[in-house]
Amino acid sequence: MADRHKQTKSKYTLDRKVPGAFEGETVTRRRLMGLGVNGAGIVAASAFLLPALGFAIGPIFSREPFDWQPIGPPADFTQDTYKTETVTIVPGLGEVGKSTAYVRARNPAIDTEPADQYNQFIALSSRCMHLGCPVRFTAAAARFICPCHGGVYNFRGIPVGGPPVRPLDRFYTRVNNGLVELGPRYSVNSELRRFSARDPGQPLDGIGQYLYPARFSTSVLPKN
Amino acid sequence: MPKLPAPPLPKSLKPKPKRPGEGNGNGNGDGAVGLSHPVAEAGVSAVDWIDERTSLSGGIRWMLFRKVPRGVNWFYTLGSATMFAFLSQAVTGVFLAMYYRPDATGGAYESMRYITDQAFLGQFVRGMHKWGSSVMVILIFLHMARTFFFGAYKYPREMTWIIGVVLLILTMAMSFTGYLLPFDQRAYWATIVGVNINGTGPFIGPYLSDFLRAGPEFGATTLSRFYAIHMLLLPGLIIALIGAHLWLITKLGISAPPWLKGEPDPELEQTEV
Repeated sequence: MADRHKQTKSKYTLDRKVPGAFEGETVTRRRLMGLGVNGAGIVAASAFLLPALGFAIGPIFSREPFDWQPIGPPADFTQDTYKTETVTIVPGLGEVGKSTAYVRARNPAIDTEPADQYNQFIALSSRCMHLGCPVRFTAAAARFICPCHGGVYNFRGIPVGGPPVRPLDRFYTRVNNGLVELGPRYSVNSELRRFSARDPGQPLDGIGQYLYPARFSTSVLPKN
Repeated sequence: MPKLPAPPLPKSLKPKPKRPGEGNGNGNGDGAVGLSHPVAEAGVSAVDWIDERTSLSGGIRWMLFRKVPRGVNWFYTLGSATMFAFLSQAVTGVFLAMYYRPDATGGAYESMRYITDQAFLGQFVRGMHKWGSSVMVILIFLHMARTFFFGAYKYPREMTWIIGVVLLILTMAMSFTGYLLPFDQRAYWATIVGVNINGTGPFIGPYLSDFLRAGPEFGATTLSRFYAIHMLLLPGLIIALIGAHLWLITKLGISAPPWLKGEPDPELEQTEV
């Protein structure tokens, strides 16, 4: 409800008796100067803050390239036990950039997930799916055991005890030029459905696959 | 502005009243300072020169010579103790940074070995920084407990409490980022676990851990990123917030212990007839 006693101010500075006003002026010079100085300050600050912010968060959006890594002829790998292979996760970083893969040939009797060209050999990542410690394959028990918080996985890498939230991550495998090669890492849910690589501690069953969306930075299977 | 209390100088330092008919020898005859030795005069005039241009002495008196409530005790020193633990961390950290190399391919661990085994007093300075970090975390929690149990976070000191909580979080972040720097097995795996705990936050967790690692895997820039956060970003924030914390403490005064009963001013009890 409009206050009828309220005097509506004219938009012209001349009508408002602003000192130094001139015909047709609506924005005072003081106000224009204030806006200009503040705007220039915002532009100047953004000129270094925005690039710095982009520089800091840039790695989230840059996708890691990946090369197929040959690990040996198919005859090296049996269906009954795992062979330990060193795999380079980050090139040019020495020991820190390396990780361990446990590799065996696919055994149709126990590997119930659908076969395709990328899982003729099963390559499990040694990274525990609780918080990322390295698991070790204990052949006598046919179990993967994590030293940090007691996670236990069965022969197929499916958790059977302790805190891990999903089966061990896997690597894409293929046979090329007579050698088994390892590709990018991927994650699986409890039915061994493939997802792009997630960090440990992020369940992928049910609501988990929506709570922990795919990242922009993980390596993807090269198109060939 | 109210008159500031005079600093509580011991009697021997207080200016003596002039004897009749006697100047104090410095020629201006104001008699404010009863020192006549030329060396002392030089010091006084240098301090005066600075104070005339900055008025710092008023601020120092405002900061240091405050009235405190009756019944304050040793528990009230925990905040200062935390600040001194931080200062110790800052000084030892600066000197460690002169030798440390954030090089993930092996240089970081080698530079830590050099500090520990070769550099003069290196083991001592590194030990101060390592154990001092635990001391700082323990002290900041004790200080928080004192503030909580004495009810010192209540009106009008809520802002001081909130800034203190932010300082606690920043101290935790310092501990997390500093833990990686020795770059031994323990540091590496503890950081892997810590980053993955960050990643379990729904929706933003995966991107947060990508931000911390500067990529999807622990990579070449993860160590230098942690180092920069540890020695540039967080210390700057902590220093700024300690300044705000101290300013609020000085402005609002410290709270009385909860067992102290308030004594009403006898003038207020007089009934006017």
